[in-house]
Amino acid sequence: MTRRVVRRNLAAALLALLLLWLVGYPLLVTLAQALEAPRWTLQHFAEFARRPEEWRALWASIWISLVTVGLAAAIGVPLAFLFERAEFPGRRVLGSLVALPVVLPPLVGVIAFLFLYGESGFVARGIQAAFRLEEPPWRLAGPAAVLLVHAYTMYVYFYLFTRAGLARLDAALLEAAAGLGARPRTVLTRVTLPLLRPALTGAALLTFMTSLASFSAPYVFGGGFRVMTTQIVASKLNGDIPAAMVETVTLAAVALIGLALLQMSETGRVVAGGGRGVAPARRQLGRSRRFVAGFGWVLAAILLLPHATLLLVSLVPRSTWTIEILPPVLNLSNYAALFSEPERLRPLVNSLWMAVAATAGALVLGFAAARLAVRGRTPLGGTLETLLAIPWALPGTVFAVALSATFSVHAPWVGRFVLVGTAAILPLGYLVRNLPLTGRAAFGGFRQLDPALDEAASSLGAGWWKRLSRVDLPLLAPALAAGASLAFLTALGDFVISIVLYTFETRPISIEILSSLRLQETGVAAAYGVVLAALSAAVFFLWGRRGDEMRTGSGLHLPH
Amino acid sequence: MSPSPVPERPSKQFLVLDHLDKRFGDLHVTQDVSFSVAPSEILALLGPSGSGKTTVLRVIAGFETPDSGRVLVDGEDVTPLPPERRRFGIVFQHYALFPHMTVGENVAFGLEARGRKGPEVRDRVARALAAVDLAGFERRKVTEISGGQQQRVALARALAPEPRILLLDEPLSNLDPSLRERTRRELARIIRAAGITTLFVTHEQDEAFELGDRVALLHEGRLEQLGTARELYRSPATRFVAGFIGRSSVIPGVWEKATGRARLPGGAAWRAVANSNLLDGAPVDVVVRPEALTFAGARNGTAAEGRVLETRFAGHETYFSVALEGGGEVEVLAAPDAAQPGWKVFVAPLPAGPLPRAYLRETA
Repeated sequence: MTRRVVRRNLAAALLALLLLWLVGYPLLVTLAQALEAPRWTLQHFAEFARRPEEWRALWASIWISLVTVGLAAAIGVPLAFLFERAEFPGRRVLGSLVALPVVLPPLVGVIAFLFLYGESGFVARGIQAAFRLEEPPWRLAGPAAVLLVHAYTMYVYFYLFTRAGLARLDAALLEAAAGLGARPRTVLTRVTLPLLRPALTGAALLTFMTSLASFSAPYVFGGGFRVMTTQIVASKLNGDIPAAMVETVTLAAVALIGLALLQMSETGRVVAGGGRGVAPARRQLGRSRRFVAGFGWVLAAILLLPHATLLLVSLVPRSTWTIEILPPVLNLSNYAALFSEPERLRPLVNSLWMAVAATAGALVLGFAAARLAVRGRTPLGGTLETLLAIPWALPGTVFAVALSATFSVHAPWVGRFVLVGTAAILPLGYLVRNLPLTGRAAFGGFRQLDPALDEAASSLGAGWWKRLSRVDLPLLAPALAAGASLAFLTALGDFVISIVLYTFETRPISIEILSSLRLQETGVAAAYGVVLAALSAAVFFLWGRRGDEMRTGSGLHLPH
Repeated sequence: MSPSPVPERPSKQFLVLDHLDKRFGDLHVTQDVSFSVAPSEILALLGPSGSGKTTVLRVIAGFETPDSGRVLVDGEDVTPLPPERRRFGIVFQHYALFPHMTVGENVAFGLEARGRKGPEVRDRVARALAAVDLAGFERRKVTEISGGQQQRVALARALAPEPRILLLDEPLSNLDPSLRERTRRELARIIRAAGITTLFVTHEQDEAFELGDRVALLHEGRLEQLGTARELYRSPATRFVAGFIGRSSVIPGVWEKATGRARLPGGAAWRAVANSNLLDGAPVDVVVRPEALTFAGARNGTAAEGRVLETRFAGHETYFSVALEGGGEVEVLAAPDAAQPGWKVFVAPLPAGPLPRAYLRETA
């Protein structure tokens, strides 16, 4: 073995240890606490099993996720067929608008829904006034509200995956089926849908995992209806740490079982023909053209309405809107407050620096792991890739609780330090959650890069630094920018990690939105939401769009 | 398997491969490969897919570390050196041009990596591009030029830093056939003008014979034979070389040591060249070239009876496939009207033609 190989393997081993400490170790600590190490007892699990509310929350998480998959598919798949297969005026613009919810932080979507469809939202107020009702016509709460928000935010996965799958279909396969006498319906059921199966399974998996990990919607709309994520945070806030640990372990187990079941259902399936040839041409619509275009525009308006509402509410000064259907006064005072009052500016600054730090850290780790694994062909490559991917498979709440359990004790000899309550814990939490995004981007980028380019540079006398700076980084920049921007967006809009680990000094935007809502400062909350959405959209459209293919191809978006 | 032949030693050795061995897991990809290349010589590494020729090239380049053996350049052992310190120029199969750089930046890369700067780089880039007939292409994007031009840019990039050795991995395989022959001639001209010691990998015999001063034929990781194209064709050292180089037919026979003939199943005995230690009565494969056979007028001691199965027109001559009585099938190159499918014919070696060669038949 040459010295170079030894150095490379040593670096890979050190990196694997670091990732193990960041990703694997907190989970082990959580499991140990659930088993009350060193007593090692199943007592807390037994207590969990005895409590009906735990079973209710567990079952709620599962059925909400399954129904969400169904609803999201029912909206996303037909939309994808419409936008990928038919040609009508405005198709391209509408096609992008329909995908918009994917770039917006979940909490922003949730509060936008609240302002539009909540009991004191525009729609409820309008109906109340129109029918002269004493009470608002409904309360946006409970499982139906959660499902509504989930369907609205998660249909995008089915939409994007199915569109990508349709775009990759080889038109010759469909023509072959038609040439053999198959009617359009038969072509759809016997050829198109079976070929789309990997895309649909991928979307189902992502939707299920996202829904299982969903925190914002059940937290804001759940009320007495608990799912596992909200149950865990409630137990933790109530000081019932053993229960929180057992719930965390259970949720992690359910997530892993769900992931394994879905992956098993795809194992051994061979889908041939995808990715070759030319995609089928879009059908030029005849008389139905205007109807379809009109339907598309209405749909886009419905989908964008919550965010338009958010913008409107952000312009409503404090205490100026009480019983009117529409706000009587609109100005920029909330934005002025956000940027002029230091305490209101602080969450923005906090979110920005923490997201930048976490993204930079995750990018360095993901890049180093990918370079060692793909380029260096180190035997630890598989381990590095798995460690980077683990946070994707587990809900954010699990990691938040695990990090909180691990880094609240001072025991340096076992790798534990007191970070909870310091400025370091939130960026660390974001970093861990960002690892799959930057890792997948870096691995994908390196795998697409012709290894001969590195060899060519090397044969021309370039040392490792020159190869890195002149060849690898410029060529990987689009993939890394896409991964980094998605990571940055996730960290910037994070709520689930933040609510467990924030301190007053390091409170991010999402926490401030929540506290503004509690203080009845809806305009300020909406202004934060608009700023967050604008920042997210700007980052996504500037740097994140090259990641479209990656995200749709490998399910990169993190559960929220 | 016959033992690896002793490599020929040119009078002066510049690049020496000394008993190279490389495994990938259980796969023994190169086994005890040794040969040397003289200064300014062009050596073709020829072999079928999986013969280990690209691995040999990659070991020489430093991209793979051999399990044992050494690579020496001008007496210096470069085996432990990383690729960037070997000062070799490499042209990759798919060229590996940096897609984010212009033609000029690609060619300048190796010069800059070795610390050259400013006007010197510009001057040498211009000269390198001129040498490959691409003067003035500096600002072009590599994605906007044709395949043949990309190949020449790759060559200019490899040659610009004045490497000690030029390595080319299947340099023409990426080009369409119409372009390949012209590019092959250009490539030969440029390399010879540069006067650089060159080793190139190919699976095309024509390419190896036209470009290479000598050809090293690899099979299953072993060096089967090293020599000029004529030597490989006329005097194949092994049964594999005889079958791989040029067109040939293989028929079973029995070796008659006393007469130096191989007796075919139908009774005819053909004079053949064989290894001197081949035992009398040993089962052999008789390898014979189509141009070494002719149609005889009648049965005699050397004419084997057979029937013409089919013909393949090849210009002023035609290949006749003949099924021999008693087993075996041979190809005969003869005048187009010499026979017709279905005809009964007698096939015999031409008295003045290259002799058939007999090799001990290897049992599976």
